[in-house]
Amino acid sequence: MSTGAISGLVVPRSGQSVWLVVCSAAAMAFLAVFVLALAASSAQLARGWEAQLAETATIRISAPPEDMEMQTALVLEVLRTTPGIADSRVMDTAEQAALLEVWLGPDLPLDTLPMPRLIELRETPEGPDRQGLRLRLSAEAPGAVYDDHTRWRRPLVQAAARLQGVALVALLLIGGVTCAIIALAASASLASNGQVIKVLRLVGARDRFIAAAFVKRISQLAVLGAGGGTALAMAVLWALPELGGAAAHMAGIGFDGAEWLWPLLVPPVAMGLAFLSSLATAFHVLRGVT
Amino acid sequence: MIVFDGVSHDYGGGALFRDASLRLEGGSFHFLTGPSGAGKSTLLKLCYGELLPSSGKITLMGQDRSTMTRDQLAEARQRIGVVHQDCQFLDHLSVAQNVGLPMTATGRRLLDTDLHDLLGWVGLADRAEALPPTLSGGERQRAALARAVIAAPSLLLADEPTGNLDWEMSQRLLLLMLELNRMGTAVLIATHDLNLIRFAKAHANARVLRISGRKLTLAGAEL
Repeated sequence: MSTGAISGLVVPRSGQSVWLVVCSAAAMAFLAVFVLALAASSAQLARGWEAQLAETATIRISAPPEDMEMQTALVLEVLRTTPGIADSRVMDTAEQAALLEVWLGPDLPLDTLPMPRLIELRETPEGPDRQGLRLRLSAEAPGAVYDDHTRWRRPLVQAAARLQGVALVALLLIGGVTCAIIALAASASLASNGQVIKVLRLVGARDRFIAAAFVKRISQLAVLGAGGGTALAMAVLWALPELGGAAAHMAGIGFDGAEWLWPLLVPPVAMGLAFLSSLATAFHVLRGVT
Repeated sequence: MIVFDGVSHDYGGGALFRDASLRLEGGSFHFLTGPSGAGKSTLLKLCYGELLPSSGKITLMGQDRSTMTRDQLAEARQRIGVVHQDCQFLDHLSVAQNVGLPMTATGRRLLDTDLHDLLGWVGLADRAEALPPTLSGGERQRAALARAVIAAPSLLLADEPTGNLDWEMSQRLLLLMLELNRMGTAVLIATHDLNLIRFAKAHANARVLRISGRKLTLAGAEL
């Protein structure tokens, strides 16, 4: 039997520290995968909002009923002759009702309400001269207000970026807690295996062999636990019901496409953390054992 | 190999022995006798560095024990075979794995044939895959001796190695230790067994050390 093979055998496979390492690694991996999903979702949200809001704008026309058609025609003409506007169209009553349905419910009697006219326009990637467009609109159609969604877009994108920051902090915390728990488990394992250390020292094993044996065992357990936790978290994310419409933007959490590969990093990272924290603990403990 | 120079050892306020001087050279053969509690096991632990003396100097494999690093002590122990009174095994490993531990845990190559020859010599060939808790007292002592000698140590320390063995097996194991001694291994055996001492003296130039009255002395020729 080789040194490497015996190194994997000298630490018993039973003991409370075994369950401590496996369960804590599984729990931390489960949480880490959800935090990764949160980060991925917030990045998706930021990208989605950025893309959806960046190239669209709305013009709202508030005018007396007798002037509404004329001002609408004037605005459309201004838009048609403005560089940077790909196309524009007047939203019909049904579309306006759909927009308001989220807030006011179905079967809204729009005919009885003084509703502004909404014109949706799509901008080219270069976009129009927004200040110039606003000046032209105020001159041609005083009731028209140009809204490029900036005041919506900026806080939404900032919120998504903050969510990603929170996710990063959460990941660091999870990593730190994992290290602390693994160190505790390594210390408990070394303490409960005093006979193993005594025998190994008796036969002339160096501290690095003894430490490696414990580190190997703990790292294996950490990978096992983290693998289980990761698989469970991925299964739960996979099974989450898909949310449609606006809810998907607000509450959807999960991975998209290649992002599903991200969680596969969790077990090796857990093993790395377990390796480092148990190695430091093992040498620290062995220094104190005569 | 091992030199004690004015070594004393105290246990919780009481002196176990005082001002002990001893020199174990390569190829020497010593027995260590004395009444129970006189400090025979303690002296052996001082020899392989598990304990530090309360005063005096111990030179272990040419190095001052008090200044040895843990790695240096491990290297020294790789040259020392120890048979503990309570044997001390890793109970979750097989007898063969325990016996091979001094080789495998220190990066040395262990041939299966050597391992099985040795297990055969100590009468444990058919118990190679057994776990230590299933061994009898005598089997445990034989396995402990096999583990102590597998790396062909420069020094063999044995604490009552034949305490649970019948006379035939005791002779057999002593012959193994005598053979190692002829090959240059220094041997120090703590024992109460006068028959064993007489048998060894008939086959080798064995000397007898005695701990009594807190003193370590070379016993007379009456044995």
